[in-house]
Amino acid sequence: MSEVKEMFAADLWNEQINVRNFVQKNITPFEGDSSFLCGPTERTQKLWDLCRAAIKEEMDNNGVRSIDTEIVSTIASFDAGYIQKDLELIVGLQTDELLKRAMKPYGGIAVVEKACTEQGLEVSDRVKDIFRNYAKTHNDGVFDVYTDEIRKYRSLGFLTGLPDNYARGRIIGDYRRLALYGIDRLIDAKKEDLAGLTGPMTDEKIRLREEVAEQIKALGQIKLLGQTYGLDLSRPAESAQEAVQWVYMAYLAAVKEQDGAAMSLGNVSSFLDIYIQYDLEKGTITEELAQEFIDQFVMKLRMVRHLRMNAYNEIFAGDPTWVTEAIGGKLMDGRHKITKTSFRFLQTLYNLGASPEPNMTVLWSQSLPENFKKFCSQVSIDTSSIQYENDDLMQDTRQSDDYGIACCVSFQEIGKQIQFFGARTNLAKTLLLAINGGRCEMSGKQIVEGIPELSSDELNFDEVMANYKIAMKDVARVYNESMNVIHYMHDKYYYEKAQMALVDTNPKINLAYGIAGLSIVADSLSAIKHAKVKVVRNEQGLSTDFKIEGEFPCYGNDDDRVDNLAVDVSSHFNQLLKSLGTYKDAEPTMSILTITSNVVYGLKTGATPDGRAQGVAFAPGANPMHGRDKNGAIASLNSVAKLDYKNALDGISNTFSIIPKSLGADADVRRENLVTMMDAYFSKEAHHLNVNVLNRELLEDAMENPGEYPQLTIRVSGYAVNFVRLTREQQMEVISRSFHSNM
Amino acid sequence: MLRVHSFESLGTYDGPGIRLVAFLQGCNFKCLYCANPDTIELKGGKETSAEEIVAMAKNQKPFFGKKGGLTFSGGEPLVQAKELIPVVKALKSEGFHVCIDTNGSILNDFVKELMQYVDIVLMDIKHMDNTKHNKLVGKNNDRTLAFAQYLNEINKAVWLRYVLVPGYSDGVDDLHTLGKHFSTHENIEKLEIQPYHHLGSHKYEHMGWKYELEGVPSNTPEQLDSAYNILKDYFKQVIIN
Repeated sequence: MSEVKEMFAADLWNEQINVRNFVQKNITPFEGDSSFLCGPTERTQKLWDLCRAAIKEEMDNNGVRSIDTEIVSTIASFDAGYIQKDLELIVGLQTDELLKRAMKPYGGIAVVEKACTEQGLEVSDRVKDIFRNYAKTHNDGVFDVYTDEIRKYRSLGFLTGLPDNYARGRIIGDYRRLALYGIDRLIDAKKEDLAGLTGPMTDEKIRLREEVAEQIKALGQIKLLGQTYGLDLSRPAESAQEAVQWVYMAYLAAVKEQDGAAMSLGNVSSFLDIYIQYDLEKGTITEELAQEFIDQFVMKLRMVRHLRMNAYNEIFAGDPTWVTEAIGGKLMDGRHKITKTSFRFLQTLYNLGASPEPNMTVLWSQSLPENFKKFCSQVSIDTSSIQYENDDLMQDTRQSDDYGIACCVSFQEIGKQIQFFGARTNLAKTLLLAINGGRCEMSGKQIVEGIPELSSDELNFDEVMANYKIAMKDVARVYNESMNVIHYMHDKYYYEKAQMALVDTNPKINLAYGIAGLSIVADSLSAIKHAKVKVVRNEQGLSTDFKIEGEFPCYGNDDDRVDNLAVDVSSHFNQLLKSLGTYKDAEPTMSILTITSNVVYGLKTGATPDGRAQGVAFAPGANPMHGRDKNGAIASLNSVAKLDYKNALDGISNTFSIIPKSLGADADVRRENLVTMMDAYFSKEAHHLNVNVLNRELLEDAMENPGEYPQLTIRVSGYAVNFVRLTREQQMEVISRSFHSNM
Repeated sequence: MLRVHSFESLGTYDGPGIRLVAFLQGCNFKCLYCANPDTIELKGGKETSAEEIVAMAKNQKPFFGKKGGLTFSGGEPLVQAKELIPVVKALKSEGFHVCIDTNGSILNDFVKELMQYVDIVLMDIKHMDNTKHNKLVGKNNDRTLAFAQYLNEINKAVWLRYVLVPGYSDGVDDLHTLGKHFSTHENIEKLEIQPYHHLGSHKYEHMGWKYELEGVPSNTPEQLDSAYNILKDYFKQVIIN
């Protein structure tokens, strides 16, 4: 790699696989404003028009443009595909045709078959034969091993969205490695690792040796993938265009092999900036061309698709792919990581219009340059397409300055760490176990043993709380068991070899548990504590309703009397999870996040003591329940900020929607106020904020006239969706949420 | 104890920056276009102590940024001037920026003392013509004008606010009169034109009151521009809220 050595400042990265060191040594932090940015080129516009036409066909065809029912998707199993070859500066599609979806049956053949038949297509006989009769899948493995208890928890809705019939995702490959080192060097490094993995041959050692061997094969496949597009990926990238292309090829390999729920990109923008800056200084590219590389890269990321069953839409609505890119943050040495390419990434939301993907995530630090903060604020106001995460908090707590965001909101050190995705458990439904002697309030089935009947139907806080703790303990145990089974099987039958080839051998692992219904739990406990709550029971003795007398404080009003209940319950449950042993000794973490499953969770949960009726959707993530935050937006933010990140290291999602006028009377004031709000929210050690700036009327109009809003984007819970791709129920739920308005 | 109707923690229209707005219960006016008719009744409201308000302000302090703070609105906050003194004093001793949003009709010793601690007075002037003022508010405008005079004498920073009601308060001559009257008041930092809206009208129905301005449309952009162009020659700054 003589060429690359001469281009950049040398250091540790030359001796070892260490992208972080390369970025630190070569980054050019940028303090300026957005005035240098360029609009889209003619080529970009033509390409994007083709993409938009294809998206329209997709929407008109039940959300799927086409499916390849013959070829099993692997890293190199498809021929090259183009949008229009002569216009493309950055090449590569998942299949040989734009928006054609591919089968990845290692997750489960039945799922693939269902996804095809729902579109009126049949999986080829050859593929059916292989996966029904010869190859075993992740889904087969999990259900071979699941206990009756896990099945019960799963079917009754105590555990929902478990990655047992779809790929777990969440793992982020360090896609930058391909650009910086090229395949050959990466293979050498992995071979060296493999050679070092010697006896005694324990289960762990054998497993790891097999994994590394798989990774080496995957690297070979990525080289082949490059060849189908005429790219020599064996060597490092030597220009800005190649750097973007190489990073994209590495990512493309991942999304050809895997269809994980979330397939994050990582934190590539400021890495790419180093190459772009070099070429700009050398005079070999212009700003217009630099922007064009990024626009075309982002365009490709927007075209990533996975084959899903319709039912999948209930938990992950709107066909998301979570190509999450973390932008900004700061370095341990105090410098910030804002580069011109941080701006260029956000600029794509203007050049190509708003979009949910890639999932743009700004790592917000108090010390980011004001110019960048203002630009983010403006982009949020204009597009509602950005989410923000607290870099000061994460860097301080996790001790890393080179991390991406896995899926929605979860910290993941790039190349050093991975995650096992754990979906979530329903803590509101769990609370009802405490009131129903351990029986499911809907089915009457006994779920948890050892919960005494209540002494009175007039609820006593201490009594309910004691029962709740018993219930939480058992739910945590079963949840943990299901996780260990799922990740064991996923490793065995659907191992992410392409991504893991770009991660250190034997990385640290987080087991990412999650909870839903926290605001319902907090308000319910508050009602029991501060008002009089009486249970109404049916003839089976199961709770069907709650009669509340008197007032009680609700979560979302900056009132410690209830906010502390939310803090205590989340901390308690997290501690329960932490006490349980895990597959591969993964470190347990927990999120307060729902994606869009807050709707289906609500459906599966009976009436709750806060006055919520059976079936009513939960608030998303860590949000206060809609309409109960009476003191305005800041009080609501303050309540969520109290939740302790150390007890929810997988992330605390807050989705914030405000009408533009409420931010202030004119554009400058709005931009400034949003910056102030973000600085303030994160100064209180809050973790995450989705920012939507739009009017309810706009969404209502989009419901009626979807054709006019093909790119209308709205942040939901750690990700963004095309509003018009949501089901009507989900649209109604989004519209029913609190839109902060001080008018 | 202050009697508070409600709080808005993200106030962006009542003074500089982001503000915690306390809407106090009770008003001595009954304006036809009142957007918060539920705050007019003099009795009621939630008894709230200075400590509680200071605690809320402290919780929100980072959101106030460099410019923001608290605004007491209503209702008419000066109805509770005596009770406001210890609250505002406590807030000032903690370094918070404080605005009062008032109709300027109450000027007693409590108000005068309170004015020592307040940073900016947001003063509504409903109309310069006494007859029309009476029609809109049910009271004369002489007290408000005297209050403005007092604020001028003590050189208290004022943001003057004027609701532009089509057919009621947007007459060209009336706007010139407004401008001329206040053009010599150096303490007035800006004039805020408040576009007329009927967002509060549903509350009238709820309360069983008649909404007298039924059928009055919102301002057209041309009306707002025209008022702006007249007033901009008289004030240091004019903005349309």
